[in-house]
Amino acid sequence: MPSLTQDVVPTTGDETISSYTINFGPQHPAAHGVLRLVMELDGEIIERVDPHIGLLHRGTEKLIEYKTYLQALPYFDRLDYCSPMCMEHTWVLAIEKLLNVEVPIRAQYLRVLFAELTRIKNHLLNIGAHVMDVGAMTANLWLFELREDVMNFYERASGARMHAAYFRPGGVHQDVPLKLLTDIGDWCDTLLPRLFGDAMSLVIDNRIFKQRNVDIAVVSKEDAIAWGFSGPMIRASGLPWDLRKSQPYDVYERMDFEIPVGTNGDCYDRMMVRVEEVRQSARIIKQCLAELPEGPVQSIDRKVAPPKRGEMKQSMEALIHHFKLYTEGFHVPAGEVYVATESPKGEFGVYLVSDGSNKPYRCKIRPTMFSHLQAMDFMCKGHMLPDATAILGAIDAVFGECDR
Amino acid sequence: MAVLHSAPRVSADPAALETLGAALGGLLVDAHEEHGELMLRVPRESIEDALRLLRDEHAYQQLIDIAGVDYPGREERFELVYILLSLTKNHRIMVKCSAAEDVAVPTVTTLWPNAGWLEREVFDMFGVPFDGNTDMRRILTDYGFEGHPFRKDFPLTGYHEVRYSEEAKRVIYEPVELAQDFRNFEFTSPWEGADYPLPGDEKATMPPVMEVKTTEKPIQTGAGPKTDAKAAEHVARGASGGTVAGQGQGEPVPEDTKIEAPGAPDPTEDRHDRLPREDTSPDTHGATQVEPRKSRDRDE
Repeated sequence: MPSLTQDVVPTTGDETISSYTINFGPQHPAAHGVLRLVMELDGEIIERVDPHIGLLHRGTEKLIEYKTYLQALPYFDRLDYCSPMCMEHTWVLAIEKLLNVEVPIRAQYLRVLFAELTRIKNHLLNIGAHVMDVGAMTANLWLFELREDVMNFYERASGARMHAAYFRPGGVHQDVPLKLLTDIGDWCDTLLPRLFGDAMSLVIDNRIFKQRNVDIAVVSKEDAIAWGFSGPMIRASGLPWDLRKSQPYDVYERMDFEIPVGTNGDCYDRMMVRVEEVRQSARIIKQCLAELPEGPVQSIDRKVAPPKRGEMKQSMEALIHHFKLYTEGFHVPAGEVYVATESPKGEFGVYLVSDGSNKPYRCKIRPTMFSHLQAMDFMCKGHMLPDATAILGAIDAVFGECDR
Repeated sequence: MAVLHSAPRVSADPAALETLGAALGGLLVDAHEEHGELMLRVPRESIEDALRLLRDEHAYQQLIDIAGVDYPGREERFELVYILLSLTKNHRIMVKCSAAEDVAVPTVTTLWPNAGWLEREVFDMFGVPFDGNTDMRRILTDYGFEGHPFRKDFPLTGYHEVRYSEEAKRVIYEPVELAQDFRNFEFTSPWEGADYPLPGDEKATMPPVMEVKTTEKPIQTGAGPKTDAKAAEHVARGASGGTVAGQGQGEPVPEDTKIEAPGAPDPTEDRHDRLPREDTSPDTHGATQVEPRKSRDRDE
C-alpha cells in the first residue's frame, strides 16, 4: 500500500488527476448517522480525512447537571441508542459507587442478562450495517429480525422497545416474568444460533466480503493502545482486553466466557470479533438464566430505592420515602469517581462529580467513539474511497454517543 | 469503609499512591484517594512532563479522557482531569491540574494522538486554550458558535435557536424565545441546603415583638389633650356625650368626598316577545323515528 500514496501519481491515460476534496455526509446512508467527512482524495485514494462531528450534539452533560440523578437516567438511553441498557449500566454503577449501596444479587444477574442481550442487539445491527455497507443485503434483513426479537424482550421487561430506562441505582426497575426468562432461553437455544448462523454463513467466507475487508485499515497493537482504542477495536488488534474480565462489575466474575481476539487488526477481524461476541453473549445469557436466584430486584435501602406500591398503602413512612425520592431525589455524597464498563462498542465511562446535593455537579461522559473516529484519518490514509465505508462500518459508529 | 457496591473492581494496589507520589516527586502538589479513586494533582506547567513520566515509566499506556470541570468560585476556575488507564497493571488514575481561560495548558498530543480531540472538546466547552495543539477548532458545537456552553454561567437554554424559515428559504438563527420562563425545579428541602428564598423569608427581620414594652412616664402612654382632640374629630356628634356600652363611640362622621354617586341605570329598551313556533320543525321526525332502510335495487 505505501507505494500508492507516496510517489506514484495516478493517471488515466495521458491525463494527470489532481487531488480534490469531497464531502462525505452529513446525510449519507453509509455514514451511520450524521457524520461529515471532509476527504482529500488523490484520484480515488484517500489522502486525508477530517471528520466533522457534533451534528447531533444535544448538550446531554449540561442537561444532566439540571436533573436529579434518577431523572438523568433516560438521557443515557439516548446516547448510544443502539445499546441503551449498557449506557444505563455505567450510570447506575457510577451512582452506586458514590453511594456505596449494595445491589441485590438477583438485580445484578438481571442487569448482566440485559446488558448481554443489549450487546447482541448492538452487534446484530452493526454487523448487518457493515455487511450492507460493502454490498450485501440479505444478511442485514435476517439480522434485523433477530434484533426485533431482542426489542420485544426489552418491551416485556421494561415496557419500551428501545429507550428502556430499566436499570435503576440500586437494581432494576421491575422484576421480570418467568415466561420472559424461558422465552429468552429458548431464543438463545434455537432461533439465535440458527438464524445468526445462516446469516453469517452468507458473509464470512464470501469472496466479495473478504475482498472488501481483509487487510483494510490494519491497526497494530501499539497504535491501538496509543489511540485509546477499546472494545472490539482493540481486541481485533490482538489485545485480549475486556473490562468484563479485567475489571468485573456486577456478577461478571461468576460468568464463564471467552474473549475473542483478532490476528491482523483489519476490518475483517473487527467484524469477526463481534460475530464471536454474539455467541459468547448468548453463553453468558444462558448462564444467567440458569443461575438466576430469587430475591428482591432493588436495593432495600429506602433512601435510594422507592418502596413497593402495596407498601405505600400501608405505611406512612413508605409514602414519605416515595414522595421524597420522586421530588427531591436522593443525595449523593460529595466526591468524584470514574466508572467505565464494557459497552458493546468499547469502554464507555462516566466521570461523575458530586457536591453532596441531589443533582450531579458535573457528569463527563467518555464516549468510545471519540478515540475510534479520531483514528479515521490514519486508518483511511492510502486506502480507496469505497474502503472508507467499510472502515466506518467496522468502527461501529453511532453518533448519539459520540456527540452527546 | 466496606465496599458494598458492585461497580468495576480494579486491581487493588495499596502502595500505588506512595509509589506514584514518590516518582512524581517535585511535580506533585497533592495525592489522595477517595471512593477508591487515585487522584494526583500537578502544577499546570508540568502536566505534560508528569503524564510522560507516568506513561513511560509507570505503564499508564492509555489516555482515556480529559474531563473539564468548572468551579466558578475558584481563582483559576477550571479543573482538567486526565484519566489514565494501565492495561498491564489493570489500574486507573486521575491526574488533575487547574486551568483558566487566559492561560494555555501544555498539550499532550505529543504523548497520545487521541488527545487532539479531547483537548478540542475542553476548549470548545470551557474555553481553555492548549499550547502546542495545532488544531484548536471547535468540535461539538455548531459552525460559528460563540461562547463556551459547559461553563456554569452559560444558560441551559443557550442564546440562539435555529429553525428553517419558509420565508427566507433557509435555516435562520434567532435569539432564543421561551414561551414559558425557564423553570428549574428545586426540591431540596429548606432544612438542608436550599439556597433560594422561601415565601415568608422577608419576615425574618421582624420588629422586636418579644421584648416587653414598658411605660415608665405618663407621656409615653400617648394619652393627653392632644390625643383627645384628635380622637374627637371623627366621632359622630350625636354620640359625643358618652359611649354605648360595648359599641364604641358610634358611627364616624361621614366625610364629603365630592364625588357624585352614580344614578340608577337607564332602563333597557323593550324587546318584542318571540313569536310562537307555527309548525313542528322538520328534523324532529327523523331524529326520533328511524326509517327502515330501503333495499337498493342492484340492477339500477
